[in-house]
Amino acid sequence: MREYVFLDQLKRALSIAKKNLRIYYRRGPVVIFGLIMPFFLFLAFSVGRNMPIERLFTGLLGMTIFFSSMSIGPAIVPFEARSRTLERLLSTPVSVWSLLIGDVIASFLYGFLISFVPLTIGLILGVNIANGLILFLGMVLAALCFSSFSVLLSAYPPTDVPSTVMMISNLVKFPLVFISGVFIPIWELQDWGRIIASFSPLTYFTDLVNYSTQGISYYSVFVDFVALIGFAVLFLVFAIKIHEKTLAKRLA
Amino acid sequence: MENAVEIKNLSKHYGEVIAVNHISFEVGKGEIFGFLGPNGAGKTTTIRILTGVIKPNGGTANIMGYDILNQSLRVKQIISVVPETSNAYIDLTAWQNLMLIGELYGIPKKERRKRAETLLRKFELHERQNQLVRGFSKGMKQKLILCMALLTEPQVLFLDEPTAGLDVESARLMRDIIRRFNGDGATVFLSTHNMEEANQLCDRIAIINHGRIAAIDTPENLRMKSSSLKSVEVSFNTPVSADELRKISLVAQAKKMGDKIRLYTDEPHNVIKSLIDYAHSKGLVIISLNTLAPTLEDVFVKLTKEQKGD
Repeated sequence: MREYVFLDQLKRALSIAKKNLRIYYRRGPVVIFGLIMPFFLFLAFSVGRNMPIERLFTGLLGMTIFFSSMSIGPAIVPFEARSRTLERLLSTPVSVWSLLIGDVIASFLYGFLISFVPLTIGLILGVNIANGLILFLGMVLAALCFSSFSVLLSAYPPTDVPSTVMMISNLVKFPLVFISGVFIPIWELQDWGRIIASFSPLTYFTDLVNYSTQGISYYSVFVDFVALIGFAVLFLVFAIKIHEKTLAKRLA
Repeated sequence: MENAVEIKNLSKHYGEVIAVNHISFEVGKGEIFGFLGPNGAGKTTTIRILTGVIKPNGGTANIMGYDILNQSLRVKQIISVVPETSNAYIDLTAWQNLMLIGELYGIPKKERRKRAETLLRKFELHERQNQLVRGFSKGMKQKLILCMALLTEPQVLFLDEPTAGLDVESARLMRDIIRRFNGDGATVFLSTHNMEEANQLCDRIAIINHGRIAAIDTPENLRMKSSSLKSVEVSFNTPVSADELRKISLVAQAKKMGDKIRLYTDEPHNVIKSLIDYAHSKGLVIISLNTLAPTLEDVFVKLTKEQKGD
């Protein structure tokens, strides 16, 4: 019975994800945040600097998957609270975890698919991917981890104003980009920089990309995978716990 | 099991503000139960608690025997809600909204498609089923919301001010559908402040004010209980002030109602006699004279005023 309920709820999460993809992921700002902004950040960082293509690729791929997986996730719950559809969802036989898993699945699919754009650009520019399987698994785990993070970022404060959440989300996202080895490899950071970097999930993904393209990494591949899985689970559990307490507070 | 909804000591507060104050009542299976109250009385909060959207601070409630807190998903599976304001997804089409609801309730694909087609035809929305809800009028949105609620064939249907802001035709259609749905044996919990609607539709009515139940009975019994609200309505060939008629003995209150004056009294027959004497003494001609039983609105105003006095 419990298993039936679980599978049933999982199916309903897929329906939520389908709805999110239809409604939210076709919007202009999503494309801007998910694809165009990482591209311009990348240009701002790389133009005029003599860097190997592999390092540029790590930065572009890391930023794209990070920003695209988190582009709209934080704003969905406040947006639905504002348009009163959250009340509709809460009155249907869908549990809070199922609702949030639906949001995560949509963010994951968007982030994962968009990350093929910088991957294709990298391949065209001649980036050598020595270990495709590691890179692919890394992309899957990173998209999942950042999607869970996006749902956590929407948990507090319990507001129905999407711009408030997006502002807080940007305050968290941008510093993370700068401490995660996106622009400078972790092994080139000072000790304090490496310690700070270890608290960012993006660090472990960029480390995996470095391993896949340059054959060098700061952490072992195992540690990178475990860290990404650990962060994803942690973010999701915290998101569910906080949302369970705060969701109803968003209703006027 | 005779009751579809059972509420015991239910309460909800937001900080210092008490929205629902230890209310208790039952709704019988197959009943249309009216939930009346002024704005801010606690109607929507009660519906939100019963439909599992928010949690109460105290008390218990069960729907069709399922506890709303411990068996929340089971409760939600057998109920549907029509809120006051449309909450369909405006960036989805009517059809996509219906399919989404069908999926969220676990209705098999073939069945949900069949039900959606039937409902869209019944509500005359089928020609616009593939258009985004964004372009729908308020009436169309409200019809769609009712379609979404009925798609799941709920055992208990909660409606929160379903006809508010609708044109006469749409409101009538909405009421017809509610009656037919109830005729099939389902229970309806209708929150409204439209007295006439409650009078026409409901088997029983609860009046809530300041989070408390002020009265609960059939519409007819509520009217009969308020004997002090009986009235006599009179009009003369020349205007007479309400203040002047208030001086007649046994008249508790006099109100000008257009070209007529309504006199509230416990003894209409004696007031009629006094009115005839009054007209005779003043040389007036009585154009019309009617005795009126209290309306539901009179009862409602009286009860809510009494509570204010508390």
